[in-house]
Amino acid sequence: MAKGVRPRVKVPGSASAGDVITIKTLISHPMESGQRKDSDGNVIPRSIINRFVCDFNGENVIDVTMEPAISTNPYFEFQAMVPEGGEFKFTWYDDDGSVYEEAKSISVG
Amino acid sequence: MKTSSLRKTLGLSAAALAMGCGAALADADDNLVVNGEIEMVTQTEAPEHVEYLSTIRSGWTYRSDETQQFQMDDFDNPAMIFVDEARASWNTAEGSEGKSCASCHGTPEESMKGLRAVMPKWNEEAGEVWTLEKYVNDCRENRMGADAWGWTSTPMRNMTALISVPSRGMPVNVAIDGPARETWERGKELYYTRTGQLELSCANCHEDNHDNFIRADHLSQGQINGFPTYRLKNARLNSIHGRFKGCVRDTRAETFSPGSDDFVALQLYVASRGNGLSVEAPAVRN
Repeated sequence: MAKGVRPRVKVPGSASAGDVITIKTLISHPMESGQRKDSDGNVIPRSIINRFVCDFNGENVIDVTMEPAISTNPYFEFQAMVPEGGEFKFTWYDDDGSVYEEAKSISVG
Repeated sequence: MKTSSLRKTLGLSAAALAMGCGAALADADDNLVVNGEIEMVTQTEAPEHVEYLSTIRSGWTYRSDETQQFQMDDFDNPAMIFVDEARASWNTAEGSEGKSCASCHGTPEESMKGLRAVMPKWNEEAGEVWTLEKYVNDCRENRMGADAWGWTSTPMRNMTALISVPSRGMPVNVAIDGPARETWERGKELYYTRTGQLELSCANCHEDNHDNFIRADHLSQGQINGFPTYRLKNARLNSIHGRFKGCVRDTRAETFSPGSDDFVALQLYVASRGNGLSVEAPAVRN
């Protein structure tokens, strides 16, 4: 069970219709690869975020499969076109079954 | 006499070198604005008590463009992950009194503004110079009834970073007169004392040779206005005394201990050399 997991997201509060905006996301997570051993020589079990999804008003924007080689505190920066106001929903899936969610609204005017 | 004239010669050659290769390095005239709103002073006239420098520069001005950018937005600044952790512990009650930091101090934004800028400072009751770490542990032991944190422990580094955040952009203004004078003099003596097999004082690198390279490292003036600072090297926050220890160790000396009176004195002196620069903590360095 990963401790201290905290998602952070940065989305502009407003945009014009059809604008391409930049979204930044970061989740604090140890991303234990499963390759390391502790001081007694026992393998430290793998514990990573294995999938990241961003949806806008129910429509998928990005869906990422994540692998053990990704470093601690995975950071994603990507762009999306916003045709109308609505809500970005972000979901991270942990190996341990936990699901972390975050949502940000954007207004188009 | 001999050392002082040597120092001046070194200083001159350093300036000449700096002019020669200045263009290839990070630009000292870049402006640091965090989140597009907090304007920082990264270069200013040296305070009067700094005898051998005319201009003081933040460590930020010595870093590459990429490293500099990390610090210009709180989302990009990896130190903020640790500040978030400290915020959680700020609101968590601990110890026998059932109190958290928030019970007495509200939010750090309302109660801690300006504190980092004057640290370390003379504590009248204790009769000595206190740093943020001492104040935090005093609260923990005497008001919360909780265990003291280690000087360079993770929760301590994170908490001092959180306490520094509301002071960002304010000028460092450490008092060196009055009762703190004696400690300051001690710190100054340490700053100019050569240590270790390599026989290097702080001044040899950070005063005589700042802006020069020591092998692959671009030497800064060793200002501490950005501490605790996130280092790309170890991907975590680093305390002032932890950094001092690393520096003294690199002269191949037996170091002072973090939290020792010697390092507190050195911290007061080094902090005073940055009077006039903005508080940048938590900064990003390599």
